[in-house]
Amino acid sequence: MKDMTKKLPATDVVVVGLGWAGSIIAKELADEGLTVMGFERGAWRDTASDFNIASVTDELRYVIRQELMLRTRQNTCTMRNKPSETALPMRTWGSFHPGNGTGGAGNHWAGITFRFQPEEFRLRSHLVERYGEASIEGLALQDWGTTWEEMEPHYDAFERVAGISGKAGNIGGKVVEGGNPFEGARSREYPNPPTKQTFAPVLFADAARDMGYTPFPVPSALASQAYTNQYGVTMGPCTFCGFCTNYGCANYSKASAIVNVLPALARMPNFTAKTHCEVLEVTKDSTGKRATGIVYVDANGDRWEQPADIVVVAAFTFENVRLMLLSGIGQPFNPISNTGTTGRNYAYQTANSVQLFFDDKNFNPFIGGGAIGMGIDDFNNDNFDHSGLGFVGGGSTRVTPIGAAPINSRPVPPGTPKWGSEWKKTTVQYYASSMSIGCEASNYSTRNNYLSLDPHYTDPHGRPLLRITFDFTDNDLRMAQYVTDRTAEIAKALNPKMMFASPRKGPWSNTSYQSSHMVGGFVMGADSSTSSVNKHLQVWNVPNLFVVGASAFPQNPGYNPTGTVGALAFKAAHAIRTYYLKRPGEMISV
Amino acid sequence: MKPLLNVGLALLAAASVSAFAVTAPDGYELVEKGRYIATLGDCTACHTLPGKPLFSGGVAIETPFGELLGANITPDPATGIGRWTFEDFQNTMARGHGRNGKQLYPAMPYAAYTKVTREDNLALWAYLRTVEPVQNEVETNQLPFPFNVRLSMKAWNWLNFTEGEFEPDADKSEQWNRGAYLVQGLGHCGSCHTPKNLIGGDKGDGTLKGGELQGWMAPNISNTAHVGLGEWTEDDIVQYLKTGANRYDIASGPMAEAVEKSTQYWRDADLKAVAVYLKSLDHEHDKPEPLSANDPIMTAGRSLYEDRCSACHTPDGEGIPTLFPKLANAPLVNARDAVSMIRVVLAGNRAGSTDAAPTGPAMPSFAWNLSDENIADVLTYVRNSWGNAASAVSADEVRKQREALQSQ
Repeated sequence: MKDMTKKLPATDVVVVGLGWAGSIIAKELADEGLTVMGFERGAWRDTASDFNIASVTDELRYVIRQELMLRTRQNTCTMRNKPSETALPMRTWGSFHPGNGTGGAGNHWAGITFRFQPEEFRLRSHLVERYGEASIEGLALQDWGTTWEEMEPHYDAFERVAGISGKAGNIGGKVVEGGNPFEGARSREYPNPPTKQTFAPVLFADAARDMGYTPFPVPSALASQAYTNQYGVTMGPCTFCGFCTNYGCANYSKASAIVNVLPALARMPNFTAKTHCEVLEVTKDSTGKRATGIVYVDANGDRWEQPADIVVVAAFTFENVRLMLLSGIGQPFNPISNTGTTGRNYAYQTANSVQLFFDDKNFNPFIGGGAIGMGIDDFNNDNFDHSGLGFVGGGSTRVTPIGAAPINSRPVPPGTPKWGSEWKKTTVQYYASSMSIGCEASNYSTRNNYLSLDPHYTDPHGRPLLRITFDFTDNDLRMAQYVTDRTAEIAKALNPKMMFASPRKGPWSNTSYQSSHMVGGFVMGADSSTSSVNKHLQVWNVPNLFVVGASAFPQNPGYNPTGTVGALAFKAAHAIRTYYLKRPGEMISV
Repeated sequence: MKPLLNVGLALLAAASVSAFAVTAPDGYELVEKGRYIATLGDCTACHTLPGKPLFSGGVAIETPFGELLGANITPDPATGIGRWTFEDFQNTMARGHGRNGKQLYPAMPYAAYTKVTREDNLALWAYLRTVEPVQNEVETNQLPFPFNVRLSMKAWNWLNFTEGEFEPDADKSEQWNRGAYLVQGLGHCGSCHTPKNLIGGDKGDGTLKGGELQGWMAPNISNTAHVGLGEWTEDDIVQYLKTGANRYDIASGPMAEAVEKSTQYWRDADLKAVAVYLKSLDHEHDKPEPLSANDPIMTAGRSLYEDRCSACHTPDGEGIPTLFPKLANAPLVNARDAVSMIRVVLAGNRAGSTDAAPTGPAMPSFAWNLSDENIADVLTYVRNSWGNAASAVSADEVRKQREALQSQ
């Protein structure tokens, strides 16, 4: 097949993937005057054409049939819990939802947009300093090779682009009333004030405050007011329509690459988007130290080589890692010898919850949005003393009612029949009078959780699928139990008629949705023997290749990843603009 | 030898002056001026098909009498205007006569372009000569009989056309005069915004009072309260023309095209001049009494509005600036004819987008889930709420538009 590949004229920059990360980098580099080509395996999506307000509120289409998700026939993963097992392919999505098309998973996301805390970027050092080496025994935690101070301006840039609504808890080192006191010092307030809150988050926040915790509005990519970002595109205020997570937004309210970046980027004469074009590999020259471009297959099945001076790979976590494995970039990680970096330190958020049923409350649960809610961080990450607890890590505890659409939103207590008159009666009883407190918790990397190419299963182009080897470790399961217990204490204070706590239990499986927060596999760091990219997201020893996304996280803190993905995209773009272009072809040394 | 050489050069220079009299004084500046004049005149709107070479013609222009095609105005000798002289071109702009006296149809807005100064036409002509010649035969006249008889235009001109360059009003400022020149001449705003008589000529007293064209209402853009730009400031007008959106409205339909292709590229001083001029035009207008909020049509319309419209246009009709147009106290909503509103509710519409305001938001079609009566009710409600007052919309008007749109 290689002989059939036709070579195209070279361009300055190729960007693989037009979700949040790829779109931001493409825009920033096009603004720099470079000629940029963006490649996207899925369709071009656009609010006006694809997310019509009269038809977007279709639960069957978007939630059950998963219209915005990648089709597993096009590409999927194989999964197993342990290296000793044989992995099997995921033929339907269950545990997570990889996106497809422009905007990527950033179309159907919930919009929760945290910054990671300063300690996260030197997590290993921090925990060893505070608790000693023994506290992280068996974990593969790593520092990121960067610092909070280096990250902050890029978090700020992403929050401006996405029009994040929230309340600062710490501006320039001064704690601000009403915000999250655990956040790192930020340079300024959020671009938009917090959204209004619905009943359940307010109840939760009041109870948490009474117990001495510090509730704050969850930072949200659902705009609280009309907002125009630095690229000139405008968002409308969120209407709390309740069709948010898993849906595209018809009101231009939920930030995404298609709302906030692509309308400005698409009209630039030095940018071209190639949709329905799947990138098969990153090509290298004979030294292996220079990426020469990419090979992609278009919708007709024709193969093309697109040479470029700079290659930016900014697809979803899985495809970033898989493309690197398929292209022979870095050594594949070997868990036995603990060598190699490509595929290393895969982690997957630990999700916990407590569900509450009341007799005397009406939450009007159909009003809501993916990121409208209140939270506490008192039991997240290392915000509490872990001495003697037997685990490290924690979770962000919050109530964010996303809406309650008719097919899936049937909250009934465990033990209720799954169908029939009793189920119907109980649905009616509890549809409006139940709520849930979630705890989105950390997942700390270990040697046996990693990504590799599957030896048996291939995609339609004959390339190996990505194999996930993953299970929750004892550290995470102990942490899950602890934070869920704390969450249950708050739930109890709300005095529900019934409550059910669901701490995450092993093993990991694909039978029910958990989150789409899969990270690592091509991680950043200061040491090329344990990381794949430097702090500028530049691939070690391949200076004109940048790999950007949650694949760069060495572990997963108790926060949603997108805010940090956006910040890393700005960080990489800044590095290319400021340093790389001055000395192209060299590793950035600042 | 030396003196002789000098004489030779002088002769050569003289020859080139006579052969290229139009461009010789300063070719570059003249051509650049002409390029800008072509932008002011929005020549591409009718003379360039998307994706086709500049000015190679073929754009269909709907008129109430049938279809015309924009001519190939590249310098191709056989199919463009390569054999024309400047005087041929001047005749076209000033009198609507093509080369050899061929009478043009007023879809080529010579009734406006006659106001353009000869000096500006010289620059525009110089620019048009620099465009790449493209061989593309265009039969501009696609009209049915009897309108296809060009001679009939002689009578039309006698009734509707006054030839003559713009004459500045000495009592007004230079800025006002520049605005008037642009609006009346190159901008040819009246082509859409001035009401037309039965044969398509301007109605005498109706300057910029709003006109109907091909299923759209081009609103009143004079300084008239209620139906015109009375509420808009000069800066609002400038922002609208420069970006396609302001705190009141977003350009859509034919105006979106005018902003995207032309006005977003106008110089700020020219936009300001236009605003000053438009704000100086006033027409008498009696604001009608709105329908009572208790009228059954109004209560039905209100329910529909709350269900279908309020998420974007907001419950009080204020909308979201630059994203969802304001309906409260809005000139287009109060226009005598609701045709634009009916059209966007039935067919949906995408607003224009510019470098300054790239969002290009869209209104979805409601043809599939609102009946003619529903649409009439909700539009009647909008036209009589939040400071608006205008005639009710009938289900019959909606039905006619629905049929017209379906037949397209």
